[in-house]
Amino acid sequence: MDPVTASLEVTGLAFAYPDGHQALFGVDFSIARGERVALLGPNGAGKTTLVLHLNGILGGGVGSVKVAGLPVDKQHMAEIRRRVGIVFQDPDDQLFMPTVREDVAFGPAAAGLKGDELEARVRTALERVGMAEFAHRPPHHLSFGQRRRVAVATVLAMEPEILVLDEPSSNLDPASRRELADILRSLDVTVLMVTHDLPYALELCPRSLILSEGTIAADGKTAELLTDEELMRAHRLELPFGFDPRSVTMGA
Amino acid sequence: MGAGHAHRLYRHGHSPVHALPPHTKLAAVFAFVVVVVSTPREAMWAFGLYAVLLGVVAYVARVPARFLLKRLLIEVPFVAFAVLMPFVAEGERVEVLGMSLSVSGLWGAWNVLAKGTLGVAASVLLASTTELRELLLGLQRLKLPPLLVQIASFMIRYGDVITDEMRRMRIARESRGFEASGVRHWGVLAKSAGALFIRSYERGERVHLAMVSRGYAGSMPVIDEVTASRAQWSYALALPVTALVVCVVGWTL
Ligand SMILES: Nc1ncnc2c1ncn2[C@@H]1O[C@H](COP(=O)(O)OP(=O)(O)OP(=O)(O)O)[C@@H](O)[C@H]1O
Ligand SMILES: [Mg+2]
Repeated sequence: MDPVTASLEVTGLAFAYPDGHQALFGVDFSIARGERVALLGPNGAGKTTLVLHLNGILGGGVGSVKVAGLPVDKQHMAEIRRRVGIVFQDPDDQLFMPTVREDVAFGPAAAGLKGDELEARVRTALERVGMAEFAHRPPHHLSFGQRRRVAVATVLAMEPEILVLDEPSSNLDPASRRELADILRSLDVTVLMVTHDLPYALELCPRSLILSEGTIAADGKTAELLTDEELMRAHRLELPFGFDPRSVTMGA
Repeated sequence: MGAGHAHRLYRHGHSPVHALPPHTKLAAVFAFVVVVVSTPREAMWAFGLYAVLLGVVAYVARVPARFLLKRLLIEVPFVAFAVLMPFVAEGERVEVLGMSLSVSGLWGAWNVLAKGTLGVAASVLLASTTELRELLLGLQRLKLPPLLVQIASFMIRYGDVITDEMRRMRIARESRGFEASGVRHWGVLAKSAGALFIRSYERGERVHLAMVSRGYAGSMPVIDEVTASRAQWSYALALPVTALVVCVVGWTL
């Protein structure tokens, strides 16, 4: 693919829910291939709403979303859904098959994979998140953190080009949180990560967007945004106690 | 989410019958029932033999007789109907224990009872050796209309979604000191039921979104290909084929 095409391009996106509540008021941004970007913002800012537009689950508002140059519309929906992998905020919404293995297999099987190839895909995805030995358990009998990891595996198994994660670190223990960071760093994909975990954003994403009241309020280097106290206060963003982004030395 | 994929009729085990591919079992039971139904009711010994055949299957499947008999109770309403027949049917009558019964009614009752019991027993055996999901895969494999199979799978899945929500709400209620102990509390339970409906509906919708996000476009992808070898087919079909022999003998005698 030619590198000038942005992985993700959102222009003038506005959206109101059927009950009349307007959640997005003209969102513009673009993400290049291979970039890892954090999407920050207070509760109710419209982050989840935005995420649901990225693979066409929500739509019908104003503006456009393009994935690798393809507009998100009916005609390209199957292709878009293969390319964009979304890990939902609540893993219970993501896992719906009777066993972990079948759940992870669902996406690739829907894309036409079968037999050994499918089996291998499932195994690799589960190994990546350290859940291989849970393959035959029903997802609803796992702990929350384990379910989150399986949810990540269901999306990894689809080998998406763009990985979108809605608050991936919430409810993970510190070791799992770090392991997830390692997984994300090891992938050669574009990542958009919605998070309230600002140190996590700083650790993983060189660039951040701040979504506030349905518009992009800031777009820049994560370290710079997090040290701009006025900007942070204006959008209800707070660093955890004792955390100073200036004192953190960034790895690559 | 997902399924307690063991239903109440299912009995976990590792017998040769459990291991057969689901569609061969479905086909076998269906064929068996057809044969039983088309056996002349006068050939009473044939029904005895059918029962013996099912007994053999139950033995191979290691399903205990008690388990089987308990589940046969599903049949009770039909039995009640059958018992009425000799009293209400028309025609030639006989005296039994001082009661006047209709001969054709007696035959009718026997017919319903014998065929019904055998059919139910065969189905119970199928259900106790096959998981619900497997049954669905089997139906899919037997080329039943995909829409029917899907409706059935969604009923199972959403059944689980709802029991799950129900469990959470009960935990939430009880953690706050609520225990339903009488009529006074029915109001609370009714409100919970209303909330349960909305919650389940919305969760169902979110699950649907998740499926769509992973490329669901109206038909379940095939994850486990169920295939049956010739040996497995012949193993499964041994039951209806033996029954057919009995049936043919029943007609010619
Ligand atoms: N199904 C819905 N119908 C109507 N309004 C909704 C619906 N879902 C969300 N909203 C509203 O849209 C706005 C944006 O919600 P959204 O879920 O996108 O926020 P968010 O940024 O993801 O918040 P959080 O950080 O709490 O997850 C909120 O005001 C919310 O109340
Ligand atoms: Mg959200």
